Amino acid sequence: MSLEKKLSIEGLRKSYGSHEVLKGIDLTANAGEVITLIGSSGSGKSTLLRCINFLEQPSDGVFYFDNQMIEMTSDHEGMTFANAKELQTLRTKLAMVFQHFNLWSHMTVLENITLAPMKVLGQDKSDAIKQAHLYLKKVGLDSDVAMKYPAFLSGGQQQRVAIARALAMEPDILLFDEPTSALDPELVKEVLKVIRLLAEEGRTMIMVTHEMAFAKEVSDTIVFLADGKIEESGSPEAIFEHPKSDRLKRFLNHEF
Amino acid sequence: MIELLQTYWKPFLYSDGYNYSGLVITLWLLIFSVVLGFLMSIPLSLARNAKMPAIRWSVQAFTTLFRGTPLYLQLLICYSGIYSLALVQDQPLLNSFFRDGMNCTLLAFSINTCAYMCEMLAGALKNVDAGEVEAGKAFGMSKFQVYRHIIFPAAFKQSLPQYSNEVIIVLHSTTIAFTATVADILKVARDANSATYMTFQSFGIAAILYLILSFAIFYGFKKFETYYTAHIVKPHTNRPNMLGLFGKMRKVVRK
Amino acid sequence: MMNSLFHLEGYGGLLLSGAWMTIKLSLLSFLCAMLLGVVTALAKRAKSTTLYLIASAYTVLIRGVPDLVLMLLLFYGIQSWVGDVCLYFGWDYIVIDPFHAGVITLAFIYGAYFSETFRGALQSIPKGQIEAALAYGLSNMQSFRFVIFPQMMRLSIPGISNIWQVMIKATALVSIIGLNDLINAAVEAGKSTNNVFSFLLLAGAMYLAYTMVSNAVFSQLNRYFHVGIKESKS
Repeated sequence: MSLEKKLSIEGLRKSYGSHEVLKGIDLTANAGEVITLIGSSGSGKSTLLRCINFLEQPSDGVFYFDNQMIEMTSDHEGMTFANAKELQTLRTKLAMVFQHFNLWSHMTVLENITLAPMKVLGQDKSDAIKQAHLYLKKVGLDSDVAMKYPAFLSGGQQQRVAIARALAMEPDILLFDEPTSALDPELVKEVLKVIRLLAEEGRTMIMVTHEMAFAKEVSDTIVFLADGKIEESGSPEAIFEHPKSDRLKRFLNHEF
Repeated sequence: MIELLQTYWKPFLYSDGYNYSGLVITLWLLIFSVVLGFLMSIPLSLARNAKMPAIRWSVQAFTTLFRGTPLYLQLLICYSGIYSLALVQDQPLLNSFFRDGMNCTLLAFSINTCAYMCEMLAGALKNVDAGEVEAGKAFGMSKFQVYRHIIFPAAFKQSLPQYSNEVIIVLHSTTIAFTATVADILKVARDANSATYMTFQSFGIAAILYLILSFAIFYGFKKFETYYTAHIVKPHTNRPNMLGLFGKMRKVVRK
Repeated sequence: MMNSLFHLEGYGGLLLSGAWMTIKLSLLSFLCAMLLGVVTALAKRAKSTTLYLIASAYTVLIRGVPDLVLMLLLFYGIQSWVGDVCLYFGWDYIVIDPFHAGVITLAFIYGAYFSETFRGALQSIPKGQIEAALAYGLSNMQSFRFVIFPQMMRLSIPGISNIWQVMIKATALVSIIGLNDLINAAVEAGKSTNNVFSFLLLAGAMYLAYTMVSNAVFSQLNRYFHVGIKESKS
């Protein structure tokens, strides 16, 4: 694995009023690395993920993307990009898959997948459609799903469409925010299968999940968050087999 | 402004020196048409849900007709239209009734609001829980008793917010009464305007009076509702502010 | 009387032009009101307290004060205000005609109702869908255009249809400030032919036709915009 740095964050902080959720996080994602954030609920892992593409405005921190420092300013909610266009550009490179899919309910599957490539990346319509079908196939969906509306699909299918939508952006990094937490147990597998496939392709991914066995299997790095800080991080073996801190040990005992 | 108020406060509130005018007339129009319309809507709402299609359809035709055309047109038909018919002019009783603008206004307003209230009430009657009706029957109530003690009270309670809404709409509709020479608040405002050319002040006073009345009706109904619907479990609401409460007035929802 | 109804005694043209005026007035005010409603709904969602207060005061005013009073206030008020401005600058006196005064007031009044409808619709769009749009790099404008606006319109259709019905009837009030709409045309024709009753009834029938046709249009629209919605079987 090359050690080309894709994204790195230094000293990320996030507060809501006087309540500090993230208390100085350093995180680096190299190209091809699969990072999984684990931790009990309230540890700040989802907030961290959402801060990475600025769905939440961090209060403090330095961001590098492709080794370039991003210029920031502050407004009353926290830090924001000095250049709004740049934020949009960054977001096209970080594609997010949400816990609740967040498919646009008034658009067909095909429209869901092609909207951002066409309107943001400026892709040709026919190209976008061709690609969409390709990615649908990749996530294991028949092309007759393309003309359906999200409400008519199962949760597992919807999440796979959401993954296809993310892939269609040809992003540098995929962000997964608890992609299987809203699914019925029998549908979890089909989604994990797709994510595993993407991990094996060597895509850079940052993931928040409660599926410990899955995390252990696909991740290169596990990051354990507690109380808004990184308590421990390392390879899956190091984290799951030889945990050092008491908090991590307690957490793992509880999870397994 | 002060001058205008000194000259016109009396006509605005109750008398132009010879006859009642202003607020008193507006309230009379409002109360009369709401009460009469409500009373007429009770039998009609039953007929609207009748088993016989002919009865049901004729009531529906009535409500469609009166809800599908402007009230102003209905008032014109009552006041100018009917009186223009030779048949009416030749008949002394009809003649004297339709010659009076006030009579025509009250008639038009009552029938109009009756059409709206009829649809409201008919909808609510249909929604009354069948189980409660059955329970009434099971305890040996007569059909009349079931309607009197179970179905109508439940339907009224359910449509209270709509009634509040409807009454405010009727209040706002009374403003067209001046076209039939009725001396309501707006008529006084127009007189004041043409006598003094103080447009903003004259109509502004009218606007404030109507605003206060609307508020009063809204809060009156709210108070009544809390008392009358004590049986309903309500979600806990945060301390309401004036704007927020008033914001819940749903005037357009008049189906 | 029947005979005169069919021949309209030569006043058919007048009546039609009146009806056309009513249609024009209602459509134009409808569009303006909807525009104002969208802007106000967005203002109410804005983080700025000032904007929120202005927007709320606007709705309270509209709800508490009768249409006709506002109409007269604006019609005569704007007229005298414009007159003062003209006088001050030494321009020729500009007269506001009833049609434009009608459009302005109806738009102003019903904009408030539209804003409530749209605000409700905006609230029921799942937040995640807007987040997803932003997360994929759509600009604020783009996410409004492609994600928020279409859904807002779909969710608002019942409300819009309702307001439209009320608006058609409210246009009749503009005849009070002298617009030659369907009502004034019917009154004029009726007075000239000594047949007020029949002409008013005819006008009523035309209003009824107008409301019923628009009802049909709206239910078609509703069906068209209901794509992607799973109806629960009952």
